[in-house]
Amino acid sequence: MSQYRIEVRVKPRPGLLDPQGKAIHHSLNSLGWEGVNDVSVGKAIYIEIDADSADTALATVEVMCRKLLANPVTEDFEVSVVDEMELTSS
Amino acid sequence: MKVAVITFPGSNCDYDLFKAAQQVGGDAQFIWHRERGLESYDAVLLPGGFSYGDYLRAGAIARMSPIMEDVIEFAKTGRPVLGICNGFQILCESGLLPGALMHNISLKFESKDVMLRVDRSDTMFTKDYTTGQVLRIPIAHGEGNYGADDETLKALEDQGRVVFRYVDRDGEPSDEANPNGSWNNIAGITNETGNVLGMMPHPERAMEKLLGSTDGLALFTSMAGSIQPS
Repeated sequence: MSQYRIEVRVKPRPGLLDPQGKAIHHSLNSLGWEGVNDVSVGKAIYIEIDADSADTALATVEVMCRKLLANPVTEDFEVSVVDEMELTSS
Repeated sequence: MKVAVITFPGSNCDYDLFKAAQQVGGDAQFIWHRERGLESYDAVLLPGGFSYGDYLRAGAIARMSPIMEDVIEFAKTGRPVLGICNGFQILCESGLLPGALMHNISLKFESKDVMLRVDRSDTMFTKDYTTGQVLRIPIAHGEGNYGADDETLKALEDQGRVVFRYVDRDGEPSDEANPNGSWNNIAGITNETGNVLGMMPHPERAMEKLLGSTDGLALFTSMAGSIQPS
């Protein structure tokens, strides 16, 4: 059994209007950055979870994404393991 | 008419709804989101506000509340469920209504009166209006931009489930009249069976002349008139 730190990246679906991204894009332009073609804003959620393997941990978090963390109508998600810590049985 | 007003941590239009239900002769009761049991009620109202501080997404946490299981069961019996503003967001998150409410296109919190057109006056929430009637009702939201996938949007229009639309003074759904970027100027929709209505504007804030408009009153008289005395 290990403890996994999972990063969930929730992103607005491509094609949907992302007003936050647009506002930041405009601000970057007005600060003088040229060549910025697009900005979109999502969120990152970090979950620490005990599991037998990285695959099990990821599969569990994917279910969490579908049930709660992302809205399937407007958002896509990606999950990855960022850290693994073996749990010592004492 | 026994009316349940569900309150979540962060609800702030619950007393307005309570009063609106009383104004049309309803016996209104507050139901805390951790309580259970709606069997004895004739109607369920989900108020506006900022349940759970809009954490994660507006309405996303509230729909996990214990009472929401009962609201879903209640809706299946065909009795009326009305969600206003945050209530609409919770209905979408819980799957009782399709689609989602995204950030306003303006990125601003929009708080003002808007004009709404009644597109359906044959629902249990709108039978005291006439089709095409234009109402003046306040809005107050940051995430009211209604959208869904193409198939869902087509079904909503084909099945005549768009009940209210943002319009200009002439009753036309123009871009200028759309306060949040909602697809097809949608302000309120029902479920397939017509007994669940979600809307972003606040009819419960348009119940008295002193407060600027009485255009919301007919929604509550419609609902009261549609309920079979139990």
